[in-house]
Amino acid sequence: MGMTMTQKILAAHAGRDRVGPGEILEARVDLVLGNDITAPLAIQEFSRIGAPRVFDRRKVVLVPDHFAPNKDIKAAEQCRLMREFAREQRIVNYFEVGAMGIEHVLLPEKGLVAAGDAVVGADSHTCTYGALGAFATGVGSTDMAVAMATGKCWFRVPRAIRFELGGQPARHVAGKDVILHIIGLIGVDGANYRSMEFGGPGLRHLSMDSRLTMANMAIEAGAKNGIFPVDDICSDYILARAGRPGRVFEPDGDADYEKVIGIDLGRIRPTVACPHLPSNTRPAAELGHIAVDQVVIGSCTNGRMEDLRTAAALLKGKRVAPGVRTIVIPGTQEIYMQALKEGLIEIFIAAGAAVSTPTCGPCLGGHMGILARGERALATTNRNFRGRMGHAESEIYLAGPAVAAATAVTGKIADPSMNGGAGDRGLSPEARPRRGRKGVRREN
Amino acid sequence: MKIKGLVLKYGDHVDTDAIIPARYLNTSDPGELARHCMEDVDPEFPRRVKPGSILVAGENFGSGSSREHAPIALKASGIAGVVAASFARIFFRNAINIGLPILECREAAEKARDGDTFEVDFASGVVRDLTQAVAFQAEAFPQFVEEIIRAGGLVEAVRKKMKPPKNGRRRS
Repeated sequence: MGMTMTQKILAAHAGRDRVGPGEILEARVDLVLGNDITAPLAIQEFSRIGAPRVFDRRKVVLVPDHFAPNKDIKAAEQCRLMREFAREQRIVNYFEVGAMGIEHVLLPEKGLVAAGDAVVGADSHTCTYGALGAFATGVGSTDMAVAMATGKCWFRVPRAIRFELGGQPARHVAGKDVILHIIGLIGVDGANYRSMEFGGPGLRHLSMDSRLTMANMAIEAGAKNGIFPVDDICSDYILARAGRPGRVFEPDGDADYEKVIGIDLGRIRPTVACPHLPSNTRPAAELGHIAVDQVVIGSCTNGRMEDLRTAAALLKGKRVAPGVRTIVIPGTQEIYMQALKEGLIEIFIAAGAAVSTPTCGPCLGGHMGILARGERALATTNRNFRGRMGHAESEIYLAGPAVAAATAVTGKIADPSMNGGAGDRGLSPEARPRRGRKGVRREN
Repeated sequence: MKIKGLVLKYGDHVDTDAIIPARYLNTSDPGELARHCMEDVDPEFPRRVKPGSILVAGENFGSGSSREHAPIALKASGIAGVVAASFARIFFRNAINIGLPILECREAAEKARDGDTFEVDFASGVVRDLTQAVAFQAEAFPQFVEEIIRAGGLVEAVRKKMKPPKNGRRRS
């Protein structure tokens, strides 16, 4: 039996010709990531190991993004602990407030990940980098500590589920709708312990931003990682950012897939995950009766340029509905700056939205938009678990930026492609999400 | 390693936000985390849990965030071990890495009742429900994982492997 992309990357990093599913091995890692919640614990464990220095100060990335800018005194202490460790260990990739962004938006943007890399991060959404053809997976703080000390991590080689993407997504449908649709199909543990491997001719209609969104949410199906093949769209992105192509691993023709699931992108409609599981999906068009108190556009899932452009196109010249607190959070400083240059920030503020500096903040109920008892939010974030964004009796609906913007305007969950939705009629072509020829979205 | 204790039973998909809500993650102090453990799912948890209690849950226990604060909060609450129908993978490795004994046993998880007394032998994988007088066999851990558990956690296992520093360098 042949190997999947993930199996090949793991084999290469374990110094092996081949590996089989279920096998446990120790593999070398190219990058180790932590944030202000997970790194303090990892630093404590690192000192228990007794290693004087990290294995490679260029390969450890520390980002204060969850409760930063410091939300309270305890968070400030956590951030300081991480900052001092970064200074003491002379960590090259420590990103202070002002330079930082949401980690999984920031790392690809800074070119810290290339194809074929093996990345571990003490954050479950580390799987985002699978969009770059890398093996990337979330681990805990102790794993992070050991990886910082030794440059290695233990893995159980996963089997894979292959998603064969065909067709072309309709207008207002992007990566978030596709991945929510898939999670709705297989369930929140539908890919537990496995890798989700995406492929097929439909890929060419998915921008890098959409692929990053999809790989990001592989964990919401329980997957160890999500991974995309490296096509021209991907290699152009990596070369421009990382300045190195990385190493491209392709799945063998006879790779051993647990199952192959065909997905027709053309049939996917703007999709929403209802409380309290990401798999509880429904078409947005069926939820028009649900009023919301808050809309959040941002996070490691949908805080990228394409997301902001999509939202701005629908908000331009409109006002958010009275009583709907709309919070827009660009993922990084670079995205924030680009959005300023394109006039998107002005569109958001004129529409009555609040725009924040990059932070994970509201996604995990940290700060910048906590929900009170009985309140309801529609968010472009990744988890709608009970209490995730605030009070245990609040509710979260998950969707992409198009549904989020349309919902902010109508005050009720809206499918932007429906009559009566916010729509984007009458917009100048520049304000629309940019599409190149053949419907391929151009990258920023 | 064998433990005996009172069963606290929960359903499917108990996520790490439920085990320890993110609003308390501005600290990693085990005692403080324990005070808020499971509070959004079961406000009675702090009163119900006793030192040595065994948490039994359904499918996909520990899904979601990678926060190691979740197994730490359970352990600091007095939970001596977790038996579930299945575990989410990051929680699975975190529990092993910090030395919280866990076992995947679907049958035991289904049959257990809240308040039963369980006896769990993690080495053999045998789970006994003493209240109902039934026994179940779980699959044993792979050897690599077994070694981490036996060492008391990943840090201990790595420390064993790492040589004492020579010429100020610890890495081999």
